[in-house]
Amino acid sequence: MRATTPRYDLLRGVWEENPVLVQLLGLCPALAVTNTVANSIAMGLATFFVLFGSSLLVSTFKRFIPHEVRISAYILIIATFVTIADLVLAAVVPTIHKALGAFIALIVVNCMILGRQEAFASKRPVGRALLDAAGTGVGFIIALLMMGAFREILGYGSFLGFPLFGGSYEPWIIMILPPGGFFTLGFILLGFGWWRGRKSQPRVRQWPHGVGAVTSTRRAA
Amino acid sequence: MGELFWILVSAMLVNNFTLALFLGLCPFMGVSAKVSTAIRMGAANIFVMVITSLVASFLNAYVLTAAPYLRIISFIVVIASLVQIVEMTIKKISPALFRELGIYLPLITTNCAILGLAVFQTNRGYDSVQGLFFAIGAGLGLTLALVLMASIRERTELADVPAIAKGMGMVLILAGSLSLAFMGFAGLFTS
Amino acid sequence: MSEDPDIRNSAKAAPDVLGQPEVPSSRLIATLGMAGALAGLLLVFVFQWAQPRILAYQAEVLRQAIQEVLAGPARYETLFLVNGSLTNQLPPGVDSLDLERVYLGYDDSGEPVGFAIAGAEPGFQDIIRLLFGYDPDTGRILGMKVLENKETPGLGDKIEKDSVFVGRFEGVLVPLLGVKSGRVTGNEHEVVMITGATISSRTVIEIINNQIEHWGSLLNGFAGEPAQ
Repeated sequence: MRATTPRYDLLRGVWEENPVLVQLLGLCPALAVTNTVANSIAMGLATFFVLFGSSLLVSTFKRFIPHEVRISAYILIIATFVTIADLVLAAVVPTIHKALGAFIALIVVNCMILGRQEAFASKRPVGRALLDAAGTGVGFIIALLMMGAFREILGYGSFLGFPLFGGSYEPWIIMILPPGGFFTLGFILLGFGWWRGRKSQPRVRQWPHGVGAVTSTRRAA
Repeated sequence: MGELFWILVSAMLVNNFTLALFLGLCPFMGVSAKVSTAIRMGAANIFVMVITSLVASFLNAYVLTAAPYLRIISFIVVIASLVQIVEMTIKKISPALFRELGIYLPLITTNCAILGLAVFQTNRGYDSVQGLFFAIGAGLGLTLALVLMASIRERTELADVPAIAKGMGMVLILAGSLSLAFMGFAGLFTS
Repeated sequence: MSEDPDIRNSAKAAPDVLGQPEVPSSRLIATLGMAGALAGLLLVFVFQWAQPRILAYQAEVLRQAIQEVLAGPARYETLFLVNGSLTNQLPPGVDSLDLERVYLGYDDSGEPVGFAIAGAEPGFQDIIRLLFGYDPDTGRILGMKVLENKETPGLGDKIEKDSVFVGRFEGVLVPLLGVKSGRVTGNEHEVVMITGATISSRTVIEIINNQIEHWGSLLNGFAGEPAQ
């Protein structure tokens, strides 16, 4: 296994391998509950909790989990944390719990969490696994926040419930409805694609007679 | 009877599982641009959904009343086991289909649509018959969305698309348009 | 934990994935079973902590809704439908969750004020759930509150958020009649529907009418009776 620095393990999940924006995992909650910033933050934190706790347990007990049943064991651990998150949310912030609804339970099948356990937490010491979980969790929260902000500002004209534009603003209702979710993420990804395209530099190949020709574009390292 | 019909049509069109409720997006985004694969994926999902719905009704009625906090765990265990069984059955019956579906079969386990079906059914308090119609409608809706997306992508594969749009960005915008179109089904039944 | 040393040894003795000796299924099942038992135990504790809070919140939401639709009763009583009649006594062995119910509100002097009844039906987008207050003596609606709706934000969800629409239900005679604004005749059964959200409005009206028809004469028997 490639040796990586702790700092890399932590930061990788935040941007470079952002679970939602780059790896396109966990799309169901990312689209469904991001119609307001408050819901986005709540879902992000709940997922962070589940990811962190699962990585902690999986990494701590990885020696005790037989290889054949590892996926079932991971799912069991994840489902336990999700149930805890569900109960705690229902008891402490019932209105947000109602707004998130069934999607709290659906954290269990968020491919991002299972993926991190399989790819990382089951193979690394606890400290690194926690860094990775923290980074990925933060990346998830950031992605959800971006979408939630976009949709709430345009769709309600408010941020975290505070009206931004005053009475005359006609909100784009579509943004808080299902199509808005798809469009928002689509445009964000298009934006990324454009930004990445700008970063790449053309490579000029030298022909024998000194004529240069652009033969390929490769991303700047 | 009218109520059951509403449940089915609502799950299929008005509140389409993929385009309105955002469930089942992994196969939706990842399915190849082949309509035939989409249909087969959809069929496998319908089958798993129907059985999941029946088992979930049973669990809700008899087992989970004593321990409601075990709901998520028991549902996911049931789904994982069901998918294993379906996988082994398909492998035996049609190895060609098994190869074609490849990685997508085990991924049905993490398909939010299956667990979402069980959870929605519980939250709405459906009994086993209502749940059955709900599952059929949801499965048909999922298949419909998959087939529509696959057929659109079959066309766009050959079209002249700007470089930045190639990939997920465009797929999502296409999905958004489909979702917008399906919003037209709201108000299908006026009492 | 008796089997952990065994598992630890077998896992340590095994090289990574390939060439690993066969772990007996009994071990696999035992490990999963134990993990499941531990998980269950943990969840029981969290549940014990959370459940009282959750129940308290639900009771509070219900209490507030009843307060609103019955215009501030001093207290209320839950009446269950058992064997075709209304009673406030739960027969032994029956789970209250399975029973239909209405809520009877009383004012300070112990006089019944009216019934708070819940109903739910499919609206424009999805199911609309509401609570309304009804006085069988006068045949009038006392108030209406939408509890759950997924109607179009800004249009259909006005059935919940528009206080003008909600206020229109106070004092209306049953059975309710929905009319579009501009077609009002002054009939006391009329409720003006929201422009652009007639289906959502009509659903609310029909939920109320259907519930009143459903409970029918059962409600009349209780009106005017002193508190039990």
